[in-house]
Amino acid sequence: MDTSLAADPGPEIPPARWSGVDPMMPRPFTVKRVRKELADTFTLELEPADGGGPIRFQPGQFNMLYAYGVGEVPISISSDPDDPSVVAHTTRFVGSVTEALVHTRIGSLIGVRGPFGTHWPVEIAQGEDVAFIAGGIGLAPLRPAIYRVLSERQKYGNVVIFYGARTPEDLLFRKELQSWRSRFDINVHVTVDRATGRWNGRVGFVTQLIRGGGFDRHSSVAFICGPELMMRYSIQKLQEHGLGNDRIFISMERNMKCAVGFCGHCQLGSQFVCKDGPVYRFDNIEDYFSIWEL
Amino acid sequence: MVKVEGLETLMEEHPFFEGFNQEALDLLAGCATNAKFDAGTVFIREGDKADMFYLIRHGTVAQEIRVPGRDPLVVETLSEGDLLGWSWIVPPYRWTFDCRAVELVRALGMDAACLRAKCEQDHSLGYLFYQHMVPIIARRLWAVRMRLLDIYAPAPKPKL
Ligand SMILES: Cc1cc2nc3c(=O)[nH]c(=O)nc-3n(C[C@H](O)[C@H](O)[C@H](O)COP(=O)(O)OP(=O)(O)OC[C@H]3O[C@@H](n4cnc5c(N)ncnc54)[C@H](O)[C@@H]3O)c2cc1C
Ligand code: FES
Repeated sequence: MDTSLAADPGPEIPPARWSGVDPMMPRPFTVKRVRKELADTFTLELEPADGGGPIRFQPGQFNMLYAYGVGEVPISISSDPDDPSVVAHTTRFVGSVTEALVHTRIGSLIGVRGPFGTHWPVEIAQGEDVAFIAGGIGLAPLRPAIYRVLSERQKYGNVVIFYGARTPEDLLFRKELQSWRSRFDINVHVTVDRATGRWNGRVGFVTQLIRGGGFDRHSSVAFICGPELMMRYSIQKLQEHGLGNDRIFISMERNMKCAVGFCGHCQLGSQFVCKDGPVYRFDNIEDYFSIWEL
Repeated sequence: MVKVEGLETLMEEHPFFEGFNQEALDLLAGCATNAKFDAGTVFIREGDKADMFYLIRHGTVAQEIRVPGRDPLVVETLSEGDLLGWSWIVPPYRWTFDCRAVELVRALGMDAACLRAKCEQDHSLGYLFYQHMVPIIARRLWAVRMRLLDIYAPAPKPKL
């Protein structure tokens, strides 16, 4: 049975575009809200401070956030693509720039370039089952895609979210996960790597959730975001489940500088992750995927 | 625990027995019982004799290690379709974890001594059994290794 999504397996994801302004010039944005999500993770909600229009983005795209005087980092947009009045970025602080961003206050200015990159093509999954597989902070870049699917819920078959985190304390967007779980039209499965007896949910690796299925092996599309190892083994599980590589989409991270395909910092084989990615259909990237240090 | 009719049907429905022929199922049914544990029940204690193992039909079980003065650590949770316990095939046949029903659990309980005896008498049955057990053990071990990698932790800062 041919279960491929399209007869021509060419690129399914439209190339990235930015809206007229110089893509190398950061626009000033005001921090509207800073929300602490986890011990090391926070969300910044931003609005334009230059009188210009809001950022219109697609799920999975990223912005370059510039902490003035410190540096610039690529961060995925984590808010609802259908509500451009707010553009949110959920960030884990790991180093100098993300550390500077966590110390911004309401009213502070930060520079924003973007949106950049390819997006989660949820539109091609209409009429099919959808599986979102997230690990750790990877739920943040997937959240806009989840919002988009839920806003047009009737256009999709079964929708299932598999989410794995380190501990119960590291579950991102916990309230939202609970509210999605309480809906009757979406299945949410959560697992953690370690927990104490106070946790009544599952303990195990995220791939162990996939075994439970909840999506059709021949007519599903999967969107995966998380650490590369987690994505690698999730892909294997999906393949065992019968899903073709052209039905699996992943998001790649590489160090970036220009974000527009000039500098080569983000090169992965023949691909520039900033403009050809970060979201890839797996069959278009599989040759590079497990080759380290490319 | 009560013996009820229809255990063969329950066994046939459980994924563990996929690939077992009718003859093997009939033989093994003699070792099976129906088990039910209410939410919160600790039905296996570390160090106790592993005289049963379970095939979960419904509900979730937490395998835990007691730590003095702290909350127990959950090593893994198991649920519908999972096999619970292999201490019964490894001498000295003692449980290495506590097992707590997180919610109401329904399972097929398998009498370990009965099974060991049947596998001893009928080596092809024993081989079939081990053929089904070993991949499960391997998958679990792999999953535990994955968790040991702590892949969601931030990348370590490079040493300057
Ligand atoms: C397309 C894209 C989207 C991203 N989206 C998000 C997001 O939504 N939320 C988020 O928190 N992060 C996201 N990142 C990762 C984020 O860009 C990095 O964490 C950030 O650049 C680190 O910068 P820094 O100056 O704070 O840390 P640095 O001082 O540059 O590095 C500090 C430590 O972090 C490690 N590190 C740096 N970059 C990464 C990385 N990409 N992945 C893992 N470890 C890294 C370094 O090895 C080092 O150990 C994304 C990256 C890309 C490429
Ligand atoms: S970041 Fe410069 S080419 Fe991609």
